[in-house]
Amino acid sequence: MPSPQHPILRTFVAYVEDRPGVLNRIASLFRRRGYNIVSLNVGRTHEAGISRMTFRVEADEDTARRIEANLYKLVNVLSVEDITDKPSVSRDLALIKVSVGPDKRAEVLQLCEVFRARAVDVGPRDLIVEITGTQDKIDGLVAILEPFGIAEMVQTGTVAMTRGPKGQAATTMHQPPALRGVDAA
Amino acid sequence: MAASVTNLTPNETRPEARRLTGAQLIWETLVKEGVRVVFGYPGGAIMPAYDALPQYPIRHILVRHEQGAAHMADGYARASGRVGVAVATSGPGATNLVTGIANAMMDSIPIVCITGQVASTLIGSDAFQETDITGITLPITKHNFLVSRAEDIAPTLRQAFYIASSGRPGPVLVDITKDAQNAAIDYVDDGAPVRLPGYRPERSPVPEELERAIELIRKAKRPIVFCGHGVVKANATPLLLEFVHKTGIPVAQTLLGLGGFPATHPSSLGMMGMHGEAWVNTAIQEADLIIALGMRFDDRVTGNLKTYAPNAKKIHVELDPAEINKNVKVDLPLLGDVREILRLLLPHVEKLDIAEWLAHIEELKGDSAVRDIQVLPDNGRLFAAHVIHDLWRYTEGKALVVTDVGQHQMWEAQYYKHDHPRKLVTSGGLGTMGFALPAAMGARLACPDDEIWVVAGDGGFQMTACELATCAQENIKVNIAIINNGYLGMVRQWQEFFYGGRYVATPIKSPDFVKLAEAHGLSGIRVTRREEVREAVERARANAETTIIDFRVEQEDAVYPMVPAGADLNAMIRRPLPEGVKHNPIYETGED
Repeated sequence: MPSPQHPILRTFVAYVEDRPGVLNRIASLFRRRGYNIVSLNVGRTHEAGISRMTFRVEADEDTARRIEANLYKLVNVLSVEDITDKPSVSRDLALIKVSVGPDKRAEVLQLCEVFRARAVDVGPRDLIVEITGTQDKIDGLVAILEPFGIAEMVQTGTVAMTRGPKGQAATTMHQPPALRGVDAA
Repeated sequence: MAASVTNLTPNETRPEARRLTGAQLIWETLVKEGVRVVFGYPGGAIMPAYDALPQYPIRHILVRHEQGAAHMADGYARASGRVGVAVATSGPGATNLVTGIANAMMDSIPIVCITGQVASTLIGSDAFQETDITGITLPITKHNFLVSRAEDIAPTLRQAFYIASSGRPGPVLVDITKDAQNAAIDYVDDGAPVRLPGYRPERSPVPEELERAIELIRKAKRPIVFCGHGVVKANATPLLLEFVHKTGIPVAQTLLGLGGFPATHPSSLGMMGMHGEAWVNTAIQEADLIIALGMRFDDRVTGNLKTYAPNAKKIHVELDPAEINKNVKVDLPLLGDVREILRLLLPHVEKLDIAEWLAHIEELKGDSAVRDIQVLPDNGRLFAAHVIHDLWRYTEGKALVVTDVGQHQMWEAQYYKHDHPRKLVTSGGLGTMGFALPAAMGARLACPDDEIWVVAGDGGFQMTACELATCAQENIKVNIAIINNGYLGMVRQWQEFFYGGRYVATPIKSPDFVKLAEAHGLSGIRVTRREEVREAVERARANAETTIIDFRVEQEDAVYPMVPAGADLNAMIRRPLPEGVKHNPIYETGED
């Protein structure tokens, strides 16, 4: 168990108003306070006018609380939650273009099968593979495909969702971050 | 100031629509928000708004530089507790506000800045006087808006006032395009409340935390209350007095907390921090409980964080969760409004048995008294501290004093004893030289009956001295004490202490301040000896017009005590003792 002072990779989920400049406000906050973003993903939700962000940051416990509190202060941020310690599902998506002709194609496809990756485009001398999964899984596939020659690759930031029947609706997550003193911790 | 809520039943008639331009809607909304004065400077992109201004009961103060407008709005807000308003045009007008906005942000001051912007069709084309002011001010505003439709002007301005003044206050900028100002719309004021789903500034502590606080207070043997800016902002002074009367706990103030608890109260210890009183800093290091009210443990307050108040349990009463554990790790955060939390604590606290602790602090004071410049002979020389001390006496401690930034600011904090909140206006967090004169002018508009004194250095005063012309044009009367030592004094002091006495770029030549005042149709007095102080102060007070007193003080005096930046709080540089005066080594903590 890492100590609270030890920086670990943390995953946050935030709901924000879908307005121009909101991403800029969040990026500006991270830059100004010196928080280092590992990955950031923004997209729309089923609720109109509301975007959901997943971001990962290297931070210790205190810094994590302050990231939450500072994000919470942004007027356009509806809610923030650190889901690092919660049971959750997180996924990245990667597209990998492998430089492979007809001779090795079957072999590559077979390897992709093992990773539950699938071919989404095939050309005479290339193959685009789509994979979703954790960073570990993507890294694993990349390592396997490397010898065939990777022409290019693109990867999204992590998206994450907590498990369980309760949804994290933007409008119900109104609690300010939990703050504790050294005694109560 | 939350927006008013009206509940119209279906039978009641709704207010009729009126045809108004965006420009009219700006002032219409400001009047409804209670604004009676704005500080500004016109220009191309804000001209439609200015054209509509005479239709509304709002006084406009024409500044000489937009930085002055932002500081005036800031001074207005600090002195009154209401929202101050600055107006500027696009481009350079807007960028000139930046220092003033950053200053308001650092000290959590509610101001609304309205800037004109080029027409929405031109945005992004590098049009004449176009600048991305919402982008520029993003990190130095509590929030900002770009408005490009007349329909959005009134709701946005109402949101701006609400955001600026609620929760932890701060500056809000509203950038309004010229076409939005020019467009006419059918406007219905439906009185709907401001709706900001992501903005919930209220906080309250949970009962268990309050119980824990009461327990910590009950057990304390060496407690201190810190009175921060939050006490002033929350108008919590009466409750703090009650708390202190009930418990007997002594109070130390931060710079911006001065006046939040009466300085001449027997339980008042004085200012803490880099230039705080020696006994205060020593007591903090020895305390076993700190009750920090509405302050943020700034580095000028704490010194070395690793050795800061090592024996003290710390209760942090604070509205902004982002301040908790930011600099100092606290034992118990109490989130909420200072006044509300004091109200909740009051019924449960009682007189503490801390006579020994109070006696010990008295002993610590004894050592400092022999070093106090107030008891040192002046030998015919004019010391800044004597000037401030005399000013305090002759104004009976009742003046509203607005200070600039530097040595004079610290001397004022040490020697002008403020007994009431909002009677000291000073730039704390940003440390903005040039703040004093415009901020004092803003305070004058907010408090027409107060005696107002600017205390500024010869360096800082010249940064915004152009506003003397505004004083003259707008008949704004303030008294100005320039503590003129011919140096950028605080930097010189650092050079003396930490840079081998190499006075690089700190000797500063000033204009003849008496003639400068006269050139503006104002009055000026020069004082070179202590016995002239009283008469000069009396004359300035009696004058109907703004009056400058040019105090030619000791050139190379330093502010004592001083905790070097980053040093332990009790490692103070103390004023050297005059010959023949003995010191008591028990209390010697500095590197004299």
